[in-house]
Amino acid sequence: METVTHTHTADAHRDDTASKIGMWLFIFTEILLFGGLFIVYSVYRYMNPVAFHLAHEELSITMGFINTIILLVSSATVAISISAMQKNDRKMTMLMLAATLILAAVFLVNKYFEWGGKFEHGLYPGSDLMKSLSNGDMLFFSLYFFMTGLHGVHIIIGMVLLAITLAKVRSGRVNGGSYALLENSGLYWHLVDLIWIFLFPLFYLIH
Amino acid sequence: MENEKHHIVPYMTHIMVLLGLILLTVITVLITSVELGAYNTAAAMLIASLKGAVVLLYFMHLKFDHKIYWVMVSLVIAIFAAVIVVTFFDYLYR
Repeated sequence: METVTHTHTADAHRDDTASKIGMWLFIFTEILLFGGLFIVYSVYRYMNPVAFHLAHEELSITMGFINTIILLVSSATVAISISAMQKNDRKMTMLMLAATLILAAVFLVNKYFEWGGKFEHGLYPGSDLMKSLSNGDMLFFSLYFFMTGLHGVHIIIGMVLLAITLAKVRSGRVNGGSYALLENSGLYWHLVDLIWIFLFPLFYLIH
Repeated sequence: MENEKHHIVPYMTHIMVLLGLILLTVITVLITSVELGAYNTAAAMLIASLKGAVVLLYFMHLKFDHKIYWVMVSLVIAIFAAVIVVTFFDYLYR
């Protein structure tokens, strides 16, 4: 990391590399959390291939595709915001972070309508319809709600992190000489994108 | 690390990477809409892994950062892959 050149004295010790390694270690626990769920999904799908195939037809590929594109674009805007910060372009950084937050909100709105449609048809965890389904169907929808729900929670956490970062860029506490928070929030956001990259084909594109 | 050099990724690189990722997404959707039997899932997973690798290397800066991050991530992926293999050996041959 370059030496601190700006004039604040609060940070006697700062180790950006350590904080980034810390963030990666946390991301590993997230990868293994979702990884475990992916294995559970794979095993149940292997044991109930027909039910999983029929159940997945309830999901809209178009909706999943749009949300995939939204997350990919939002990942790019975060990546650009980091490049902008390195170039000391505060305006661009803030613009890109704001764009990311808007895209994240749109993702959640889509998810709301997607889940809402299921709920309207009486399909939600613990519902009478859910209990009446066959074992394979029930497993598919339980995993669908649990995994996309857990992913949605991560979207919300990511939005909070990015909003805090945006506020700190605005106030100048995150700047071209000190932007570990931006990098780490960015890593978290890319993780959220990374998980969705696997969720999308597994739930929406079963053939 | 005082002397760790900074690689500023150009905006254009991010945009090209994004276009590549979108293209791969379109390909996955098209590939899973044609009948390839068991290869459909394999193709979808292969493309998803490719997209994941691109996100890790470019967006998450593994390609540009200190090698130690790359080594750490590779180890975790290797452990995860080993767990998948062991699990499926169990289910396929019980």
